[in-house]
Amino acid sequence: MITWIKSGSIVDTIKGLIRKADILIKDGIISEIGIIPSELKQKEGVKIIDAEGMLIIPGLIDMHVHLREPGHEYKETILSGAMAAVAGGFTSIACMPNTDPVNDNRAVTEFIIRRGKSAGFAKIYPIACISKKQEGKTLTEFGDIKDAGAVGISDDGMPVINSDLMRRATEYASYHGLTIISHSEDPYLSRGGVMNEGDISTVIGLSGIPSISEEIMVSRDILIAKFTKCPVHIAHVSTAGSVEIIKRGKEAGVLVTAETAPHYFTLDHTAVTGYDSNTKMNPPLRTPEDVLAIKNGLADGIIDAIATDHAPHSTLEKDLEFDKAAFGIIGLETALPLTLALVRAGVISLPEAIKKLSLNPARILGIPGGQLEPGLPADLAIIDTDYEYTLKKEDILSKSKNSPFIGKALKGRNKLTMIGGKIVWE
Amino acid sequence: MRLFEHKDLLSIDQLSIADIKLILDMAESFKEISSRDIKKVPTLRGKTVVNLFYEPSTRTRSSFEIAAKRLSADTFNLSSSNSSTIKGETLIDTGRNLQAMNPDIIILRHSSTGAPHMMAKAVNYGVINAGDGINEHPTQALLDLFTIREKKGRVEGLKIVIIGDISHSRVAKSNIKGLKKLGADVTVSGPPTMVPVGIENYGINVIHNPSEAIRNKDVIMLLRIQFERQSNVLFPSIREYAKYFGVTRKMIELANDDAIIMHPGPINRGVELASELIDAPDSVILEQVKNGVAIRMAILYLLIGGSSK
Repeated sequence: MITWIKSGSIVDTIKGLIRKADILIKDGIISEIGIIPSELKQKEGVKIIDAEGMLIIPGLIDMHVHLREPGHEYKETILSGAMAAVAGGFTSIACMPNTDPVNDNRAVTEFIIRRGKSAGFAKIYPIACISKKQEGKTLTEFGDIKDAGAVGISDDGMPVINSDLMRRATEYASYHGLTIISHSEDPYLSRGGVMNEGDISTVIGLSGIPSISEEIMVSRDILIAKFTKCPVHIAHVSTAGSVEIIKRGKEAGVLVTAETAPHYFTLDHTAVTGYDSNTKMNPPLRTPEDVLAIKNGLADGIIDAIATDHAPHSTLEKDLEFDKAAFGIIGLETALPLTLALVRAGVISLPEAIKKLSLNPARILGIPGGQLEPGLPADLAIIDTDYEYTLKKEDILSKSKNSPFIGKALKGRNKLTMIGGKIVWE
Repeated sequence: MRLFEHKDLLSIDQLSIADIKLILDMAESFKEISSRDIKKVPTLRGKTVVNLFYEPSTRTRSSFEIAAKRLSADTFNLSSSNSSTIKGETLIDTGRNLQAMNPDIIILRHSSTGAPHMMAKAVNYGVINAGDGINEHPTQALLDLFTIREKKGRVEGLKIVIIGDISHSRVAKSNIKGLKKLGADVTVSGPPTMVPVGIENYGINVIHNPSEAIRNKDVIMLLRIQFERQSNVLFPSIREYAKYFGVTRKMIELANDDAIIMHPGPINRGVELASELIDAPDSVILEQVKNGVAIRMAILYLLIGGSSK
């Protein structure tokens, strides 16, 4: 089986450039990138995909999603999450362990991998818990879980309050070649808060989560990483202070990487006025100054990756009073257009943006993907950066529709997703 | 053309200066009804007013109920303990079920900020915010404005201090908005742990020391220290609060000569306010309660009075 993707513009995440070329795929593997002689067309069994005017990007990689299986399948299943992923241009996603039961042992990790394989669509990579039951007390069996297929370790959703446990986790994870992903939050400072603490929370009368609740823990975890000389990855960075602290950590040679989510560079806390629970997430939407700092952090390479923190919740958790509604929004199907908006605004170059959505998270987790080279599996997406549309609830493939971008005009859309040379979405 | 172009009363923010003046003027004419021998007029006959209270309330609920009854509306009360909430019904479902019975307006008190706003979007009848979380209590602010105007002849240019837990007070929030709209000079006071970030964006003064804050003021408005809402880190003890922030006669002497003392109730005697001051001639606390009925009559009339719904 030969597929010939014709006349597209290929995003090279390694060299950081875009070049017009054809891609030839044989048996799921990229065999050639360049100008393919047109005689090929005559041959039988060659599937031709015309990508004229389109961008061909490595399949996107989301290192931070919540699939609700096992436990809360009414919000999202591994299958519905994988479908939403490929619709958004993602070919690999890493799922956080806060399911029910939590992914704190080999059995759950294996279950997720098995379900991911039978679901098809995107490649599913489990992230396992730091502590058993996410209780912050005892380390999980990192070695055994890694053997079962976990690619990262995190108590995402639950901050690790015990600094000694966090220290030991980085040391032990590093021995097994795993990176700790830190949900950085001091729960005493954020207690009771439902949005950013600032002038807007005062005006609209909601309890605030101060920026220091995140920054104190970002500082701590960077200090731990410095002390142990082990890597740590900071999840969902939302404040200017965190960007500054990570910058200093990197300058000091600490093995720290960081991600942010598209909503943190797209929306600020003024979006909460009106009490729409789809503007409620943790960490919360911050100030316009924080949004600017996040953009600068992406531009300066302080923030390595863009991850969605895709957090499906049904109307049962979201159609409630703001303070009672669940934290989190879905993101798999909006990450690409929201990131392309950054490119249009001149914040980062297109190859750099795609790199933060593919190669960089792949490197942090140590999983394949994020580049298009001969010899590699043909995991890619063909996108139309000029396509304009309004996001409609009924078009969302995720089982949950908790997005603040419904009804909003977006620009740039994935047209085709291919995994191992096979078209999985179009 | 209606006098008052609103379906709901959710926040002082939604009201123009003209709206506020209209409510206060209307309340003035309604106030007299309560001093009559037969305290009832037929203005809202055939209208249905529902009190839906998810938090305990004596003053506000009885004030609304009396106001509605004096206007001849049919009223009934639902509280969280006798509604389907304890059976797990969501607020929006409760709102829609009430809608099926075609009420004209509901008066909603809820511990969640934004609950009345959410309800107002989901139903076709009017919603009055009778206090939502730590956000707003607009009818309390309107009755306070009414009381100030009645006692002082004006609101504009008056120097007003609000003392207490500003962060967690919906009364303070609504009053600050209303007082600023009518041109008062507003100061807030209380320990730094109880003054929210960004409050100065309202164009008000922050003076933490209550004695300093009271100096040369025309109106001293106290807030209830809400023990039920406090986390244990805002202040060490009631004793400590009363000692350093409780308002005493000596402090009141620093205010302007004819200053008035206000409190939205219920009062913790001897905590935020010395007991003797509550009953002193400069206290207008019971006047506030009295005016509350008139203000709520005016609001009910403006929202659901007249023939067109």
